[in-house]
This record gives sequence, C-alpha cells and structure tokens, in this order.
Amino acid sequence: MKNARRFFKRAAALLLLLVSGTALAACGNTSASSNPDRVYDHVIQSKTVTWGVKYDTTLFGLKSVKTNKLEGFEIDLARLLTKTIAGKDAKTKFIEVTPQTKIPQLKNNNLDAVLACMTITPERRKSVDFSTPYFKAGTSLLTKTTSSVKSVKDLNKKGKVVIICKGTTAADDIAKQAPKAKIRAYNDYGSCTNALLAGQGDAFATDNGILAGIAAQHKNLHLVGGTIAVEPYGIAVEKGQTKMLNAINKALKTVKADGSYDKLVRKWFGSINGFSVKEAEY
Amino acid sequence: MQNLANALSWTNLHFLLQGFWVTIEVSVISIILSFIFGLILGVLRYTRVDETTTVISRVVGVIVDILRNLPLLLIIFFSYFGLPVMGIRVDAFQASVIAMVVFESAMIAEVVRSGINSVDPGQMEGARSNGMTYVQAMVHVVMPQALTRMIPALLSQFVSLIKDTSLATIIVLPELLYHAEIIYNQNTNYMIPMYLTVAVMYFIICFVLSTFANYLSKRIKY
Amino acid sequence: MFNLLSENWSTFLLGFWNTILCSVIALFFSLVIGSGFAILETVPSKFWRGVAKVYVEIFRNIPLLVVTMVFYLVLPTYTPLKLTGFQAGTIGLSIYSSAFIAETVRSGINSVGEGQMEGARSNGMTYWQAMRYVILPQAFKIVIPALGNQFVNLIKNSSILAFVAGFDLMYQGDIVASNTFQTIPSYVLVGIFYLILTLPMSYYMQYLEKKTA
Repeated sequence: MKNARRFFKRAAALLLLLVSGTALAACGNTSASSNPDRVYDHVIQSKTVTWGVKYDTTLFGLKSVKTNKLEGFEIDLARLLTKTIAGKDAKTKFIEVTPQTKIPQLKNNNLDAVLACMTITPERRKSVDFSTPYFKAGTSLLTKTTSSVKSVKDLNKKGKVVIICKGTTAADDIAKQAPKAKIRAYNDYGSCTNALLAGQGDAFATDNGILAGIAAQHKNLHLVGGTIAVEPYGIAVEKGQTKMLNAINKALKTVKADGSYDKLVRKWFGSINGFSVKEAEY
Repeated sequence: MQNLANALSWTNLHFLLQGFWVTIEVSVISIILSFIFGLILGVLRYTRVDETTTVISRVVGVIVDILRNLPLLLIIFFSYFGLPVMGIRVDAFQASVIAMVVFESAMIAEVVRSGINSVDPGQMEGARSNGMTYVQAMVHVVMPQALTRMIPALLSQFVSLIKDTSLATIIVLPELLYHAEIIYNQNTNYMIPMYLTVAVMYFIICFVLSTFANYLSKRIKY
Repeated sequence: MFNLLSENWSTFLLGFWNTILCSVIALFFSLVIGSGFAILETVPSKFWRGVAKVYVEIFRNIPLLVVTMVFYLVLPTYTPLKLTGFQAGTIGLSIYSSAFIAETVRSGINSVGEGQMEGARSNGMTYWQAMRYVILPQAFKIVIPALGNQFVNLIKNSSILAFVAGFDLMYQGDIVASNTFQTIPSYVLVGIFYLILTLPMSYYMQYLEKKTA
C-alpha cells in the first residue's frame, strides 16, 4: 500500500511539474517582430509565390482526382497575381489549407499568402493582414432536397443541428440568427458534406460559392434561404508584412482594371444557376 | 459490384496508391526514427549506475510517461499547430513524422525497458565480473537477448504506428484515408467501395506484420 | 493559460465529461465483447474459434478511424440507422478495443494451463462451469496489468470523437484553440486533462506489474 501511495504521489508531482512548466513557457512566448519586407523580398528573389489554397472546394480550389491537377477560380487568380507581382516567368506554388489550418500555416511561414475563401473579419485582422476584397460571398445554407428546412428561421428550433467547418465565420452567423440550433463542427468541407449526406445535421452553413460547388456535385443537395450574412473574401498575409500586402493590392487593382479578373469570375461562376457574377465581383 | 468496379477505375486506384505511398513513407521513416530514439530512451531510463545516470533516468522517465499517456491526436495537433507558434516551420508531412516519432519513441522506450528488465540481472553481473564495462556488457550481452525478446512487442507497436498514420488526415496529410475521402467526396456512390478498399489495404500490411509478430513470439517462447 | 481555462471552463469541462463517459461505456462493452471472443477463441469447436479469430484479426489490423467512420458515415448513408458522433465514436472504440482485449484475455486463459481445465472437468464440472469458476478468475488475475494498459490506450483513443464531432475533450480543446488562436495553451490544457485520467491509471498498472512480477 505504501508503494501504491508513492506511485500516486509521483503522478501528482508530475502533473504539477507539467502545469507549472508549461505556464512558464506560455508566459515567455512572445513572437519576435519580423522585418516588414521579408516575404516580399523573398518572393522577388526566388521568383516564386507560395499560396495557401483549397484542395477540396469545387469552383474555388479543387484537386481533381481525374486529372490530378488543381483547378478553380482562386487557383487561376493566384497564377494571375503571381505573374503581376513577380513577373511573367515567376512560379506559382500551392499548399493545401483548411479553414482551421490557414492562419497557423501563414504564421508558420510556409505560405506567402492565403487565397482560400477567407472572409475578412475584425477578429482575424488581429492575427493577419487582409488585402482589398476580391470576392463577395455570403453565408448560406445547404440542405438535402428532401429536407423541410427552407430558411435559417427553420433552424432556430431545439433539436436542429447545423454543420459548420471549424475556423469559419458561419458559426457566429448561426449563433446569432439561429441560437437554438446545435452546432457540429468538422475539420474540412469534405467532412462537412459527408456529415450532411449521412444525415448528421439538418443544414450545412458556409459561404454560398463553396456551397454552390458542392450542390453542383451532389444532385440531392441544394441551397436554401438566400444569404444570411455578407462575407467579403480577402487575401491574407502575415501580420506586418506591409510590402507584400501592398504588392497584392496593387496587383488586384491591375487585374481588375485590365478585365482579366472579370474574365476569371465569368469563367468559373458565369454558368452557375442562381449565382450573380455582378454581385460577387468587387 | 458494378459500383465497386467503377470506383476502382485506374485513375481512382492510381490516386489511392499515391495516398498509400505517403502512408508507407511516413510509416517507414517514423518506424526507423522512433526505433532509434526509443532504444536510446529505453536504455537511458533503465540505466541507473551512478548519480548522473539516475538523474537522467528520472528525467527521461518523466518525459516518456507524459508522452505515452497523451493521445497521439493531441501530439499531432501540437506539432502541426503548436510548433509554428514557437517559430519552427513544419508542413503536414514533417508535422506528422515529428508527432509519430515523438509519440512512438515513448511507447517503444517502454517496450525496450521491459525487454531489458526481462533479462536476468545475473547476465549483467556475470559480464561485468568478466571485465566488461557497463556499456560493453549492455551492447554485447544484455541488448541482444533483450532485443530478441521484444521483437513481437516492437512489431505490434509498429502495426499501431501504421494504423495511426490515418489520424494525420486531420492535418491534411495526403495519405491513404485522406485520398479515399477526396475520391468519394467527388462521387458519393464510391463511399462504401473506398472504405472497403482502404480497410483491405491497411489490413493486408498490418495483418502480415502482426502475424509475423505472433509467429515470432511463439518461436521465441520455446 | 489560467485565463484561458477560466474563460472556457465550461467548454473544457463538457469535453472532459464526454471523454470520461465515452471511455467508461467503451470500457464496459469492450471488456464484455472482448472477453466473449477470448473465450470463443479457446473453445473446442474449430468453427467458433475461427469466427473469433477472424473478428479479432480484422479489428486489430484496421485503423480505429476507419472503423469509426463506417459507423458514422457509411451506415447512416446506406441504412436508416442514425448515430450521433458520440454514439458512433463510442461504438467504434468499443469494437476496436474489444479485439485487443480479446487478445489479452485469451493469453491469460492460455497461461492458466490445460491441467486446470482437465482437473475441473474430471471433478464433474461442465466446460462452461470450469471456464466460469476455475479458468476465468485466474486468467483475469494474470492479465490485469495488461488489461490496464489497454484501458489507458482506450482513454487515449477516445480522442477519435474529435473527428466525428463527439464533443469530447480533444474536440472541445480544438474549438477553443481555433476560436482564441491560443493554440499551445489550449492543447496543453487538453493534455493535462488527459493526463489526469491516464497517468494515475498507468502508474497503478506499473505498480501492479511490479507487485506480481
């Protein structure tokens, strides 16, 4: 019995040690301020821009199983911006991000910028810098065609379950407009879609552009209830990287002025039912 | 059946195999590294010949005990989301390998320690009294016996490691299960065929290894 | 970090509670199912031994995540059976762990020795009586440390609920991390909560192992 007590004492001591150690580590953890030109200089020097993009989002950024290539509006836009920023012979590199991983990956310096359906929000502005908007999305709802849910009001009932993706703004929109609904969060859009198809929730809430892509793939799913909140997408760079941010803003202005931006929006969204190119463009 | 045939078209199968290859890569690298680190940690934890080694053994013991009592998923999150905050750059592949190695080294250290424990202490004493140093006795006398005994346990640990690579789908490591999810995401009818195929792929590789482990443990006993 | 904990206290607590709940339920069912298959693996009938063997080998060699996803996604998509993340995760965990527990218990039964069974049978007991009153009590005593380690694994593996929105500790901690951007402190807190459950158990098992050795 003496021995047993010793073991528990050791366990308790270990826990205490861990708590105090990590508390100290957490306090001492202040990130060093970095050179505001670093990302831009690196881009120009290496003639490569590394973008964080989606791999699982039809119309925006999708890794096609058939061709094994990335395709989508944001992929094309990234290529266009790369050439505008770093010259015609510059290379575009892509790394996959999910809503949950995009900010950590950016802080991580694995990415020069995130171009991945990222809504500009005040909270996010605390940790990243945003470009001018490049796409006007709105939070909307995706349901099974057989579902009785027709609008966000139908979700504001006890027992209703709304599926969202971790790290998206939809959670706040639902919490505001359907506070009685229960929220279930998943790590990527694929898991969200699967959960909806499997009946694990009554509706999937996220940006309409993304939902339109999913609905185009699945005949038994459709968008309902219009947009419940406006979500302007911006390109994110690491906080304080002003030179890169300015370069991106300038490039966005250029492609908007010469019509190549408009061409891209039309290419990807022109033929989507119930989707107005005019409303999406900035 | 038609569905299964469609689902396993050449393009899909090729895509799955790409994922399978990543699974194998992560597994093999992690197995090698975690075996090396696990061996070192296990021996360090076991060795208590003087004051310094006792202190080292205690410290290693604390670290190993903490790590092996945490869920691997947490360590994966930590290495993918946490390391960058501390200024260490990692991509999904590196983060997965780091997490697997950190976790599995701790698990293997325990296997190694109990392996060494199972060797009769008389062996060490005998070797020492024949003029060997502690390290010589460890390397030439105790370790060979301990390693033979721990092979089955090691192999089962490696089987868990291979299965556990699937957890890295959560940080978008493009491994087998993740690629399967991408495929059935683009065509929901392929969900069952994909899960079947993935299960069979994992099963084959793990079953071979664990049967081998069983076979060895039977042989070593007698 | 302490601010983070006090601000998100209820979030963490709910996760902690669900992790405990899931672990206890899965522990019970995996012990029952696992022991059942362990006994089945040692019966005289070749057919039933084969059935048990197939069950154990399948679930020992497939990732827990795949097992769980089958219950969470595949079953509800193709059958009327609807399982929540918590239910699917707990069922998956029970089945997956039962295979390991079956292996552990079986090795305990095997180590009791055939003489015991023969002795009990020759004293007029039926096979099942001998199993129930003679073999199993001894077998469980032998495998308690090994079982304990399986239970520690089970608690750690309950983090699989995070994949299926099971509101467990890992899921809740992840939500806090992605909402507050305080990544490291959130995960450290999650880790401490897990250690509160696993460390004492794992030390107690070490102690038992030493005592019986």
